[in-house]
Amino acid sequence: MDTTVSIGNKGKGVRSDCSITLGLTGSSGIILQIESKVKSLFGKQIEQLARQVLAFYNIENANLLIEDSGALPFVMAARIEAAIRRLMATDKEFLLPMLPQNNYQTARDKNRFSRLYLPGNTPPLMINAGIHQPDGIILDLEDAVAPDKKYEASFVVRNALRNLDFYGAERMVRINQVPRGLEDLDFIVPHNVNLILIPKCENASQIDQVNERIEVLKTKHGISGNIWLMPIIESALGVIKSYEIATAAANVVAMAIGLEDYTADLGTKRTNEGNESFFARSQVVNACRAVGIQPIDSVFSDVGDMEGLKNNVLRSKSLGFDGMGCIHPRQIKVIHDNFAPETDEIEKAKKIVNAFIDANERGLGVVSLGTKMIDPPVVKRAQRTIDVAIKTGKLNQNWREIENVR
Amino acid sequence: MSDKFIKNVLGRLVPTEVNGKSQIPYQGVGKYKPTGRKYAPLIASCADYPADGNKIVPTLKDALIKSGLRDGSVISTHHHFRNGDLIAVQIFDIAHELGFKDLVWVPSASFECQNSLIKYLEDGTIHHIEGSMNGSLGRFTSEGKMKGMGILRSHGGRYQAIQDGDVIIDIAVIAAPTADPFGNATGDRGPAACGLLGFALADSQYANKVIVATDNIVPFPCVPWQIHGNYVDYVVVVDQVGIPEKIVSGTTEITKSPDRLLLAEMTAQFCDETGIIHDGFSFQAGAGGTALSIGVYFADILRERGMKARFARGGSNKYLVNMLEEGLVDYILDGQTFDLEGVRSMRENEGHLNTSPFTSYNYHGKGNFASQVDVVILGATEVDLNFNANVVTHSDGVLLHGIGGWQNCLFSKCTILPIPLFRDRIPVIRDEVTTICGPGELIDVIVTERGIAINPLRTDLIEKLKYSNLPIKTIQQLKDEGEAICGIPEKPKFTDKAVAVVKWVDGTIIDTIWEIA
Repeated sequence: MDTTVSIGNKGKGVRSDCSITLGLTGSSGIILQIESKVKSLFGKQIEQLARQVLAFYNIENANLLIEDSGALPFVMAARIEAAIRRLMATDKEFLLPMLPQNNYQTARDKNRFSRLYLPGNTPPLMINAGIHQPDGIILDLEDAVAPDKKYEASFVVRNALRNLDFYGAERMVRINQVPRGLEDLDFIVPHNVNLILIPKCENASQIDQVNERIEVLKTKHGISGNIWLMPIIESALGVIKSYEIATAAANVVAMAIGLEDYTADLGTKRTNEGNESFFARSQVVNACRAVGIQPIDSVFSDVGDMEGLKNNVLRSKSLGFDGMGCIHPRQIKVIHDNFAPETDEIEKAKKIVNAFIDANERGLGVVSLGTKMIDPPVVKRAQRTIDVAIKTGKLNQNWREIENVR
Repeated sequence: MSDKFIKNVLGRLVPTEVNGKSQIPYQGVGKYKPTGRKYAPLIASCADYPADGNKIVPTLKDALIKSGLRDGSVISTHHHFRNGDLIAVQIFDIAHELGFKDLVWVPSASFECQNSLIKYLEDGTIHHIEGSMNGSLGRFTSEGKMKGMGILRSHGGRYQAIQDGDVIIDIAVIAAPTADPFGNATGDRGPAACGLLGFALADSQYANKVIVATDNIVPFPCVPWQIHGNYVDYVVVVDQVGIPEKIVSGTTEITKSPDRLLLAEMTAQFCDETGIIHDGFSFQAGAGGTALSIGVYFADILRERGMKARFARGGSNKYLVNMLEEGLVDYILDGQTFDLEGVRSMRENEGHLNTSPFTSYNYHGKGNFASQVDVVILGATEVDLNFNANVVTHSDGVLLHGIGGWQNCLFSKCTILPIPLFRDRIPVIRDEVTTICGPGELIDVIVTERGIAINPLRTDLIEKLKYSNLPIKTIQQLKDEGEAICGIPEKPKFTDKAVAVVKWVDGTIIDTIWEIA
């Protein structure tokens, strides 16, 4: 093993992150050097955290240099731990207390219009991700992390799952391609990940391998909640096998298509019009609908072109997709607005929900609108339309009060 | 240095004497109203000036000597050229060469291009600065290295101090993009065109001696005459008065940061839902990416509704000019131009008017423009639970910014501060701000990416947003949320040496800046 190691990021332009240089020594105690732009305000807390992590691993002799650009405690802890575990063989994990607001489960059929990709080794992009209100936040361990940074990224992602407020977004992680991705599961399954994206999926066996490891970890850590899977189809073979993959396990709740790799596999170029991927997209939609799971479209990569994104969303919706990925927070609103229900759908849903509440208040078992009877699934769908309309800003959350006031 | 301190009405310890002059502690908004007559400049007689109107002298050095430069002179300069100013440093190079000591520099604002003056603060050429101490000059001050005590004033406060004699300027040097030999000067044309010269207006009227320096001399008359030659003693022609590409400094593009765009969007939505945006409304949004973006959202809303604003107060920039030229606003009342589109528009558009701190901000005027503005968007380094805000020091206690027009703008009908809840790891909402620059009673709304806090005094705004989808929270909730993410920062450590004071718009002392330990 190495004797000194450097972890993390520093330099001009780096914010909310830190760089750790650690060397284990034989004697002379802990020599701690802190260079931080927030030293006069947080110097003591930084030192306290550093000493706490070192003590946790029973390290008594070390040179530790922290070059800090305003890292939050969970980031700094991840960096120090990664450095230590590069130098020491240990499975011990230094965990900060999990934020209580991160202990939620998501429903199988939760709305998944937007899911925001965040590179797993870039903490500044994570900190405010939730306030942009995507339906899901993906901490990415795969393509958005350089190969030599994957090790340290897994600690950042694990700590983010525990200590980053997701503000209610579905907590997702994209693991590396199976089999490498199986090791990633150790870092995320015990920490209430809601959904795991499995990249470059080409057969049902990959899903089975992931689920086997999840079950082992669930038993080991006494976890009972659901962990959903979203395989990503990114090759010609994957497209052909998409039905097999969609039916591979009961916890596969959605299936996405990744068009950058797919078009490369076809030997063609990806265009905004998307004619080259029409078959693949339709195939994925059909496979999903046949099984009753959500078909999810690829990302739109030109973050400056909002008009192009809008057209892409409308095309996506018309093909039958239920959502798409995004790589910039500014894309979220455009995706929501254009996947969201139309005004006439909202008006109809309001009437149904009002009729339902009215019937309940009057103690009636049957809900009717005019002369038409309304079945419970219709009410449920209407309520979901209302929820989505509120979430996408198309309807005020107090719409009943406001409209009754008038 | 004074040993005597007194607590003002905000509970802040402030000196009773600064640089040998006795001072009045802050008493509350609109409480201190001095009486008597304004300070008057010396009587001049035109018999003393060349009848042919030619006041040109060969060099700036000649002009300074003729103006009576001596030990202790109070010299003023202006920041029309922002970071492209070439004159202020030359003045003190000359003073140093001539061996004068203990000068007082009264800039309307300082910029990094003037950092070389630190050597003159160290060797005693300059005794202290009254105006603003930005960046390195601020840090120098915070480290207790300035001989005298610094005085921070707002743009309006500078006019007030000149008018009531709190600062008496011996020599004003006005750098002008275009001037004539008589001293008429304008900022809207010439190779170093910067827009307007409003910050120099008071100095031209009240200073004992006035020097105009230009690199673009035109035959009499120079029109428009933003500065009247009748106030001017000497004219100097220099090779270059400012570096044009650096005149446009600061942020002049709308932000691409998704977090700042969210702040801008929330602010615009707030203004829309509260009815602040209406046909004929008025606004002021300063420089900086977030403020510029808010202006763009305002424009979108006005266009969509078929409405227009009556006036916008500038800092003008290309986005504001676009609104004017598109007919979304009738007038730009411009205090300084932030980019070359602003300069062009000022020359070409009748609706683009040149204003000064006298018209906009002055405490000793019979009213001013700032209080008539419907909504103003400002920044802050910190805000506290009483909505008091800081713009001059950072949470680590170091002085880094001037006040600019910030204090004066607080008098608008609604003051909104869109600020991130934390910067890196530093929470913005504190129990107590490091330095109070503006009292909470004048600050109406704090917009952060994690929620909007409305000052409890503004029950009207709270009522209007009762059914809003906007995340309305208390300021305490916002503070708790920020500290839950960042941790609670330690307090900066200071010595008991006061290094600068912050004046309120009326000339009283609202807070003290202490030497960092």
